[in-house]
Amino acid sequence: MAKPQWPSAEKRRLIGKRIARLDGPIKSAGVAKYAYDQNFEGLLYAKIFYSPYPAATINAVNMDAAKALPGVETVWVDESLIGNEVRYVGQVVAAVAAVSEEIANEALRLITLDATPLEAQIDDADPSKAEERKSEREEGDFEATMAAAEVKTTGHYSIPVITHCCLESHGQTAKMEGDDLYIWPSTQAVSLYANGLDEAVGIPQANIHVDCQVMGGGFGSKFSHDKWGVIGSLLAKETGKPVKLMLERDQELMVAGNRPSAHGEITVGVNRSGKLQAMEATLWGTGGPGGYRPPPVPYVFTKIPATRMTGMRIKTNRGGQRAWRGPGHPQGCFLTMAAVEDAAAAIGMDALEFFKTNLELTERAELYAKQLDIAADMIGYKTKAHLRGDKTDGPLKRGIGIGIHTWGGLGHPSNCDISVHPDGSVVLKMGTQDLGVGTRTVVGIVAAETFGLPLEAIDVNIGSNAYPSSNASGGSTTVGGISAATRLASTDALNKLIDVVAPRLDVDIDDLEAVDGKLQSISDPTKSIPWKDACKLLGAKSVLGRGENIRGESQELGLIDQGVGGVQMADVTVDVETGVVTLNEMAAVQDCGLIIDLKTAESQVYGGLIMGITYALYEECIYDNRSGRMLNADMEFYRLAGLKDVGQLKVHMMTGPGFDERGVIGLGEPPVISPGAAISNAVANACGVRVPELPLTPDKVVAALQAGGIV
Amino acid sequence: MKPYEYARPNDLDEALALLSDTWGETEILAGGTDLITCMKQHVTEPSRLVSLRDIEALRGITVDDESVSIGAMTTLADVAAHAEVRTLYPAIVTAIEGIGAAQMVNAGTVGGDCCQRPRCWYFRTENGLLAQANGESLVPDGDNRYHAIFGNEAAAHFVSPSSLGPALIALGAEMFITGPGGATRTVPAGDFFKRPESEAERETVLAPNEILVAIRILKLGLKNATYEVRHRAGLDWPYATASVAFAYDDEKVSAARVVLGHVAPTPWSVPDAAAKLEGSAVTEKHAAACGEAAIGGATPLSKNGYKLQLARTAVKRALLAAAGSTKEA
Repeated sequence: MAKPQWPSAEKRRLIGKRIARLDGPIKSAGVAKYAYDQNFEGLLYAKIFYSPYPAATINAVNMDAAKALPGVETVWVDESLIGNEVRYVGQVVAAVAAVSEEIANEALRLITLDATPLEAQIDDADPSKAEERKSEREEGDFEATMAAAEVKTTGHYSIPVITHCCLESHGQTAKMEGDDLYIWPSTQAVSLYANGLDEAVGIPQANIHVDCQVMGGGFGSKFSHDKWGVIGSLLAKETGKPVKLMLERDQELMVAGNRPSAHGEITVGVNRSGKLQAMEATLWGTGGPGGYRPPPVPYVFTKIPATRMTGMRIKTNRGGQRAWRGPGHPQGCFLTMAAVEDAAAAIGMDALEFFKTNLELTERAELYAKQLDIAADMIGYKTKAHLRGDKTDGPLKRGIGIGIHTWGGLGHPSNCDISVHPDGSVVLKMGTQDLGVGTRTVVGIVAAETFGLPLEAIDVNIGSNAYPSSNASGGSTTVGGISAATRLASTDALNKLIDVVAPRLDVDIDDLEAVDGKLQSISDPTKSIPWKDACKLLGAKSVLGRGENIRGESQELGLIDQGVGGVQMADVTVDVETGVVTLNEMAAVQDCGLIIDLKTAESQVYGGLIMGITYALYEECIYDNRSGRMLNADMEFYRLAGLKDVGQLKVHMMTGPGFDERGVIGLGEPPVISPGAAISNAVANACGVRVPELPLTPDKVVAALQAGGIV
Repeated sequence: MKPYEYARPNDLDEALALLSDTWGETEILAGGTDLITCMKQHVTEPSRLVSLRDIEALRGITVDDESVSIGAMTTLADVAAHAEVRTLYPAIVTAIEGIGAAQMVNAGTVGGDCCQRPRCWYFRTENGLLAQANGESLVPDGDNRYHAIFGNEAAAHFVSPSSLGPALIALGAEMFITGPGGATRTVPAGDFFKRPESEAERETVLAPNEILVAIRILKLGLKNATYEVRHRAGLDWPYATASVAFAYDDEKVSAARVVLGHVAPTPWSVPDAAAKLEGSAVTEKHAAACGEAAIGGATPLSKNGYKLQLARTAVKRALLAAAGSTKEA
């Protein structure tokens, strides 16, 4: 009998090794088919007409001229908006479907809107614009503890709204065949995609076939079929023709979600010994027209003895927020780490020593202490570190900064079916999706490991809602969910095979294991049968193994767990005459329990660092406060880091005893949380003053340097 | 994008004959790195494109004893790779290399660089070249972090996006222009760029039916350099630049030109700053003083005061780089 628990370290042949992605070759060769690559005879191109108003009552939408343009097949209007309000520039109002993208775009310009503009709130920086309702929370004896703190520092810290900026924009290709809708979306939730779409388009879920084999990133913005999924499906249903609808880049940036801003006035009370005593923060920001939750502050140092937190929301007429990789955490991390590092600087204490001094105020002091030491070694902290302000001559100042983070990452509900056939083939089916992170490969590794087969022997089928349901990919929940479900399904299938094979080999079922391409007696390895021969014994039947990841149960079995920590350090150079920040090096130390594929795990961290460097140095949604329009809704002034901008990246995954036995824990969010904090702290360490806002662009850096009298 | 006619003449006369005398009716297609974007953004909606790619006479670099001439259709990559240009005009080479993207410099041309349209985000979202609504500019009260810090007393607030402009002006280049019937005229680079006063104008002295055919730079033995304040290493716009050129005999500066880029609707010459250098050596102190003088007449907007510091530094560093190149030579 195979047991569902993970094999011990000495038994692992694939798990924990560096294994390249199964779909690497088709992506590298450019033959992987994304949503946009689904082409059919008679394809129509749909384009969306969006609100040019940040706030207005829509009286009428005139589609006549658009409809009359030759090549336009049909149009769609959101009738529910007539007589109602639009709340941001970019809000979906109408759509056209035409025989070419050019005609569709031209038709959009013929649509006219009769609207009554309303007053709009665009700016999110001014706390006086916040709603009256406040969230207030106080812990410990705040007044007395803060009053007693030997040193108090107060600062303003600010992190702007940014977008997900997925390289593959949102959208899908949809096609009707009889009563059935076939749809190829870019989605983080294949199994759940048709939820609600069925009612919106009047097609039962059983008749909606969702397929997403590869996709170009979601980062939390692609959980829903969205309005464009409904529009594309409706247009396909109406015309009977396949319809492709992908958002243009400007729409993508305006309408497809963003990370809410966070601004804070934070006071830190600290003793000269370096011990944090108290923190007071007033936090505000915007998530657009809808909800807003202030970020978690204090972050990581959650046991600061006394805290007082006030949170406020500014409702703005901008596109609404969506989950953005580690929701709330990058903001909370930046605000907290910057504020406490300013306190360290105020008492003239080395930042590393300061962070170590206060680790007892975290949930995982021992882990962070180890991680801080490892990261310090990786970046050469001892030789490079100095107190705030690089005192060397010349305009180039160098500094190091630290960020510490945490995340949950418990595997999500997920189901897996694995069939083992008499010809020895192994067919795996799971309705999960590979966002580009290696999910397909991880699933294959777990199955191959369990069956004692090479990775290529597993026919991995994911990305379709025809397969057993698997939850959405978000919150670092995928790798745990799919790994546990696959392990459970493969052990189930293997045990059914063992039931057939054991009597033939004359061994007890508990004495048989799958290893090296055969089933073999544990007590007498001379008794074995090659995999294919074993499967032949099934005769005319196949065996089906099923696995379901149920959170409590899988945790009991040691398959999955949650709760990780990470430390990152950044080494930057600031040109104090120009405000240009250059990233020299970043070191990331991360735990995530048992790693299935070390290569894709490390890739997640590299990717997190790059995305983090990008929001630390470049990214920011810039709005015009009158028109409400996002001024940099393009990839020219919505800047992302390129390879030359990210410096040298060093990644250390904590594995082995103490980590592996926890089971699999997700890794998508953690590495993107600390870069803003680490880089901001490094810049302060280099140039001697805190640049209070991200991103660290020359305008903001120069302003801080001038305020600090540096230039 | 509106449907348009595409013409690809073989010679200059034919090309000139295909051009309208009204802006926007026809457009000249060189490398296409900007024009196609402009058309997609409805910045211009021509009914005819006149491609210059088959006109061999517009392409190439010729060197004689007195000067270097560069055809307007020569790619930026070819200019930056040219041995004599590299030796004589580092100010140009640095400006091209700063663009940061092989695709752009391989496709983009010298003429196209000088004639590309501003990147102002109000202009690019259909508010017109002067970015006005109801006769008022959107820029002063809008987000003007990338806009002009000089010349703001006039109607235009965008910045000239030309990478080559400041270097060409500093080097005293001449621009050769051909118009209807083959009429030619020559304009100093310093007079080529202009500030439009109305939506009916553009950013150079070219008439709609004229073509910039070549640029000539005399071999005056000037020490020269460009310094660009850039954030990203890849394709991106600089925040501020400075190109400088001067004679440097016996460590004494004469005939200095200092030209700022990305700070005004045209490349922005600062003769008063250049005059400060006359007769002195290029020391850190002199260079800094020149940088300080360069920003003297600035009129920054609400969000771009930081550019003063950048421009000041760019001038200082360009001067030191140019003087340094002297020593190496």
